[in-house]
Amino acid sequence: MHIELQDIRKYFGEVRANDGISLVFEPGRIYGLLGENGAGKSTLMKILSGYQAPTSGTILLDGQPVSFSSPSDALRKGIGMLYQDPQDFPPLLVSENYLLAYDDNLLLDFPKAEEELRGLGERFGFHIDPRVHVETLTLGERQQIELVRLLALGAEFLILDEPTTGISAEQKEILFNTMRRLVNEEQKTIILVSHKLEEVQELCHEVAVLRRGKLMGTKDIPCPNTELVRLMFGQELKRSERVPFQTGETVLRVEDATIQTYRLTVEGIDLELREGEVLGLAGLEGSGQRLLLQACAGLLQPRKGRILLDGKPLEGKRSPFFWTPWLALAFLAFRIVWAAIQFSSGQMSGLEMAGSIAAAALIAGTIWLIGSVLISWTSQTPYHEFQQRGGGYVPAGRLEEGLVAGLTLTEHMVLASPEHTFIIDWNRAREEINRRIQRYNIIGQPDTLVEELSGGNQQRAMLALLNSPLRVLLLEHPTRGLDVTSANWIWELFQQRREEGTAIMFISADLDEILERSDRIAVFSGGVMSRIVQTSETSVEELGHLIGGEQHE
Amino acid sequence: MSERVTKNVWPVVPILLALLTTTLLVLLVGADAGVTYQALFDGAFGTSDRTFSTLAFWVPLMLCATGLLITFTAGLWNIGVEGQMIMGAIASSWVALKVAAVYPDIPGWAIIPLELLLAAGAGALWAALAAVLKVRGGVHEIFGGVALNNLAIITTNYLISGPWQPPEGGSFRGTVPFPEHALLPLLGNTRFSPLSAVLALALLLLIGLALRGTFWGLKLKALGNNLRSAFLLGISSEREAIMAMMLGGALAGLAGSVRVLSWFDSLRQSISGGIGFLAILIVLLAGLRPVWTLLIALIFSALLNGGTIVQLRTQLHSSLSGIIQGLLVLFVLLFGDYRRVFRPKQTLAEELQHE
Repeated sequence: MHIELQDIRKYFGEVRANDGISLVFEPGRIYGLLGENGAGKSTLMKILSGYQAPTSGTILLDGQPVSFSSPSDALRKGIGMLYQDPQDFPPLLVSENYLLAYDDNLLLDFPKAEEELRGLGERFGFHIDPRVHVETLTLGERQQIELVRLLALGAEFLILDEPTTGISAEQKEILFNTMRRLVNEEQKTIILVSHKLEEVQELCHEVAVLRRGKLMGTKDIPCPNTELVRLMFGQELKRSERVPFQTGETVLRVEDATIQTYRLTVEGIDLELREGEVLGLAGLEGSGQRLLLQACAGLLQPRKGRILLDGKPLEGKRSPFFWTPWLALAFLAFRIVWAAIQFSSGQMSGLEMAGSIAAAALIAGTIWLIGSVLISWTSQTPYHEFQQRGGGYVPAGRLEEGLVAGLTLTEHMVLASPEHTFIIDWNRAREEINRRIQRYNIIGQPDTLVEELSGGNQQRAMLALLNSPLRVLLLEHPTRGLDVTSANWIWELFQQRREEGTAIMFISADLDEILERSDRIAVFSGGVMSRIVQTSETSVEELGHLIGGEQHE
Repeated sequence: MSERVTKNVWPVVPILLALLTTTLLVLLVGADAGVTYQALFDGAFGTSDRTFSTLAFWVPLMLCATGLLITFTAGLWNIGVEGQMIMGAIASSWVALKVAAVYPDIPGWAIIPLELLLAAGAGALWAALAAVLKVRGGVHEIFGGVALNNLAIITTNYLISGPWQPPEGGSFRGTVPFPEHALLPLLGNTRFSPLSAVLALALLLLIGLALRGTFWGLKLKALGNNLRSAFLLGISSEREAIMAMMLGGALAGLAGSVRVLSWFDSLRQSISGGIGFLAILIVLLAGLRPVWTLLIALIFSALLNGGTIVQLRTQLHSSLSGIIQGLLVLFVLLFGDYRRVFRPKQTLAEELQHE
């Protein structure tokens, strides 16, 4: 099947998720689709798989223009998408899950389905047991079932979204062999959406790179990693001459820290951040840099190692009432033993003993309850300790994490201020937010609800809410969604914070921003942090290698 | 009509729709709608006794609703309000039975504050249980609340049929009547306690103002709108959630106290009379606005109290009030949010796209 995309555009309001993309896909080839998060990969693939319609542009299927009303419509026309999270039904049997696709029969033909599943599995090198529940399978096995289902329904053109995330090396090998076989023996077309350059290098014949909704170019593989990185992150800018900055004492120290989530483990991080220093964290999204930042803010606790802010770890304040649950337990245990002794010495009947224990349980429960309330009233989370000790954290999600939809800018100002009176002084808060609105060029009024602001203004509002002076400032994509002038102004304001002695650590998807603004740079790749390089001694080439996962000395 | 006016007047719409539908229903069974509504009104406000009866029902309803204003602002579904009321009633009953009746020399001005205080404390602790289960144990407050409601009912039944059973025994109805001075001072021969009404109004005013103008209120609003952002802005979400639940529980406890000390004169099997659940409905219908909460609570009290006269004067059953209530719930759910009514409908596919 021959597919051609002609000038595909998809706008969400002001945002141009896809901005005039034209591509051609020939049968019998594997294409890679590369780009940072937000580059427009998923939007393009959703359009191609019938999940959403483009704002404008044409899809040609073997030369005929088509439009898809739904993903199943696209699948009927031969285009199937394998999502990162399997679109299956965990409580069902594999065979039931498979049969769901054929909803035209009243009676389910299990023997036929099992036979088909086994046959297809053999054909593609998978081992499939139709009689187990989907939820008992690994992610890789569920993926195989999904793939078989798509192929059984006649998919000629397959889109695989990050298929190797979370599956074993062995399953990856099987998957890759199957992909090669599908292309070579059955002349199918495959698009591999991936973050991992080495996979693209290993599998693909050709790769297309998107950046900010635009097609940056296509390359035949093999092609040097650095060239791909340059396409993904932009051309190397003339680097402005950095003002040498005298850094002060250590603010943040990470010692051999291991941070673990169910998706990714980051191990053995060592770094040191000084007053007035800017450390940039580069890497493809989801490589572990965000975990490090959140651990430094006290939002994640390191499994191993320590994170010290001004020499002291962020542990949160333990409540002075931490012993109350133990008191309740001790009391209950004492009463049970006591009642048992009374019973065995004949001073108490069995019924009396039960009653005595029940009464003790009631009292112990009350102690536990009151204790729990006191504990929650008097303890402090590590993150709030971080804030109190002069830490600032700006998350990436604006309305998800940074701002509260439904509240005005003034209300945010009141909440974010370090000091407050019980009865809110609205006038003072309004004056303060007005000052910051001016300083940060926010298009909005004190009484504007934050969800009514545009994305860029929400970004500025989050930064405007930061207090000063700060000891350390942790930023996720500080200038995402801002134009060049605004971004420069924001960094100008960060510069002023540096002079106050604030240490800054930031994540950015924009390699130019990292190279231009950082004193030192650490690169993350698949949960591994590179050695920290001096900005003045590095180059886009070196960073490109590091982002691709090659450790250069 | 400007947005502001629409927003403030909108709660009338579901009420009118419910009345309209009820009228059609009444006409359908061949009754006279005019007579019916007249009877309903007379039943609620026809004589001063009936008016005070309506008000006596309204006071605990208001207290519960005021407490729910707090928890709903904080985004907590305090379904356990019924149980909190019952625990308040039990605490007050304990004072009346075990303190006032045993030591008759203690004057009423000491007994009544003690009753109210313990009721608030018991309600707060019962709510704290649901809150701690949520915060520490990950049990959603709805499930915790439902379980604790049942537990509270079982506790009442146990007390009535066990330790607090009247000496003549046998009946499963309630405890012995409390001594006169342990009851709230009532107006004449009615069940209405002016003191409790003043208390309820003062608390509504206080909580209403505090939710609008204090840092505490703003924290709850932020919490209710977006838990994660509120946390990252520096709000101790656990502490505030537990506090909000306990305050709500304290008010529900007071409501329970008012029920046993004015509406009844003893601890009964079903002292809540569904007031807690009704209060949830009222607060949601009022869109968390204090003034509307007050008015709608009054309308509901009138509906419930007027029902009996409807049955006496027309051939209709007194459950007509229940029908109006049910229709109200339905129409509030359908048309309660004016923004949703006016917004163009989204298809599933469109909603998915906005992920």
